[in-house]
Amino acid sequence: MANEVLTGAQAIVRSLELLGVTDIFGLPGGAILPTYDPLMDSTKIRHILVRHEQGAGHAAEGYASASGKLGVCIATSGPGATNLVTAIADAHMDSVPLLAITGQVNSTAIGTDAFQEADIVGITMPITKHSFLVTKAEDIPGVLAAAVLIATTGRPGPVLVDIAKDAQNGKAEFVWPPKIDLPGYKPVTKPHGKQIQAAAQLIKEAKRPVLYVGGGIVRAGAHLELLELAKIIGAPVVTTLMARGAFPDSDPQNLGMPGMHGTVPAVTALQRSDLLITLGARFDDRVTGQVKTFAVGAKVIHVDIDPAEIGKIRFADVPIVGDAKEVIAELNAELNADLKGTKPDIAEWWKFLSDLRTRYPLGYTQPDDGKMSPQFVISRIGELSGPEAIFAAGVGQHQMWSAQFIKYERPNSWLNSGGAGTMGYAVPAAMGAKVAQPERLVWAIDGDGCFQMTNQELATCTINNIPIKVAIINNSSLGMVRQWQTLFYNSRYSNTDLNTGTDTIMVPDFVKLADAYGCLGIRVEKEEDVDAAIKLAMETNDRPVVIDFIVGRDAMVWPMVPAGLSNDAVQFARDERPVWEEGEEE
Amino acid sequence: MSHHVLSLLVEDRPGLLTRVAGLFARRGFNIESLAVGTTEVEGLSRITVVVSVEGLPLEQVTKQLNKLINVIKVVELEPETTVQRDHMLIKVKTDAASRSQVLEAVTLFRARVIDVASDALIIEVTGETAKCQAFIKVLEPFGIKELVQSGVLAIGRGSKSITEKVLK
Repeated sequence: MANEVLTGAQAIVRSLELLGVTDIFGLPGGAILPTYDPLMDSTKIRHILVRHEQGAGHAAEGYASASGKLGVCIATSGPGATNLVTAIADAHMDSVPLLAITGQVNSTAIGTDAFQEADIVGITMPITKHSFLVTKAEDIPGVLAAAVLIATTGRPGPVLVDIAKDAQNGKAEFVWPPKIDLPGYKPVTKPHGKQIQAAAQLIKEAKRPVLYVGGGIVRAGAHLELLELAKIIGAPVVTTLMARGAFPDSDPQNLGMPGMHGTVPAVTALQRSDLLITLGARFDDRVTGQVKTFAVGAKVIHVDIDPAEIGKIRFADVPIVGDAKEVIAELNAELNADLKGTKPDIAEWWKFLSDLRTRYPLGYTQPDDGKMSPQFVISRIGELSGPEAIFAAGVGQHQMWSAQFIKYERPNSWLNSGGAGTMGYAVPAAMGAKVAQPERLVWAIDGDGCFQMTNQELATCTINNIPIKVAIINNSSLGMVRQWQTLFYNSRYSNTDLNTGTDTIMVPDFVKLADAYGCLGIRVEKEEDVDAAIKLAMETNDRPVVIDFIVGRDAMVWPMVPAGLSNDAVQFARDERPVWEEGEEE
Repeated sequence: MSHHVLSLLVEDRPGLLTRVAGLFARRGFNIESLAVGTTEVEGLSRITVVVSVEGLPLEQVTKQLNKLINVIKVVELEPETTVQRDHMLIKVKTDAASRSQVLEAVTLFRARVIDVASDALIIEVTGETAKCQAFIKVLEPFGIKELVQSGVLAIGRGSKSITEKVLK
């Protein structure tokens, strides 16, 4: 039977359908117009019209991070494409499987500075896993199939497909499945047996092991294997910012988050460890602090699907390249066979850590200005919503408090911009998450600064019936920057005042703004009203909800390791360092 | 600072060189020389690149290069097991008095004269980097008006081929 002849535009839509794509976030324009026509007729793909392309990018990221599926966004050439850049960079840093499709000017016009022309392939080269420029209709199915394969396998990441307008308008036989020819792409998923044995040996010998768990566990869906491993060896677990939820917070082995704003026990466990069992983590500077003084007594087992991460920052005594799920499963089998139900004796280690946990729990003080404490508000959101909800945060203090004070019990329940630190991530990411998981309660926990970067997507949410809840932790300032100004710049507050608090001129008034977008807007100024507002938000599902929580602006994120210093300098409150028992200080 | 010769087998795709060069730039690796050309296999190109690195990061260079989707294979070519050549074209000022001395140098270095003018010669020389550099030293006193050179080209000794393995 002869193959059907389709336009390039039809081939794009058909290919995406056949690749299992069901939701796309995007905004049309000249160079992508041909594709938007057949998209209108697709019964398999829901297209959600955003208000800004950056919103489409973050929504696709939130969609992917909440569900583990591929996220797809689409934009036109030139400014449409460049508006995706922040989200693409974000996905690259956090290994989010993202397909970004952009229209491009006619192939004959490429290089002439044509209207709305931008070399988006060139612009995004350093921030994509790979990219393609398509100039012929017949190449479309093969390129899209390859793009999806690359985005979703190995270490996931963003792939950009830039499609010239004449390729969309051209015609070609539609051949499916297309031939995917990627001779240079062979991700290693299966670990080397010898390395598994070497890792098991180190684990058995360790006196102070720590499971240092990163976002790779979430991306690999390896949380159950991780749980089993943790139970086999009984070691403490620390979950990085990207890995919150990869291991249940309710489990007594979980010491919480390590790093710059990590818990004292988690930070100290890494520092004093003799074996870091590193799983899908990459020794980010926010975790290690000063590298040369990081965990100096520890040997390192480093498991990652990306060989380039191994040895990049820290030498690995046992490097294991592979998919975390497969690696940990094999490691579990090896350890089960070796240990035969016994556990390595690490009682001394636990005694030390349990004592730290008792002495230095996470906590906070009440703000002096009489306003609500942001940590209290965030804790209540977590407690009332429960572990089945999804929480997307922006970037800054509220993000750290959300990572610290919400208890995560399952992977993909915590979405944030970890590597890139993209303010404005929360609202569109929550929108994407709600599209992917409509049955779940989805919160955007945002700052007053972040919220003003992408809140236009509330229109998208209202119109498309995507009832997310937004909690603005409104301290009327760029809080994290302000905290650093307090600590390191003599409280000189250069350009961090946002005037959104109740004792300011309140521009904008977030409740009025919510109202203008067709959302339910609520303002909460007293702690006794917090629960009622959260409950009202949870009950309101006919439109999005925005709660403006007015909180104290001097609240700070603690514990903290000042930037560039050793993790040994961790402070649990301003100028307060943990007191070590006799002989503990090294 | 140590020098390494890397040979990259790559898919011959638009923008490939930008991807490779961009990677070097953004990861802070230094390129000393670069030579690019097609191979005996259609659709495959070979890039020979000399990098200078300090301490640890050569492994990072090769790992990051391997992550580029269009890069099929990266090998480091060790001097002992490979043949390495530079290729140079040199325009030297000559007059009746100096020409014979220049020609003598050409013979000694087994170089070749490929263009003759009344006041200049163009000389072609091929060889290992050290030999080419020595030749330049000898010519300098006469006055080098122009010099162009390829990057280092390198190939493994013996019958093995890096393309062969890949295509299996």
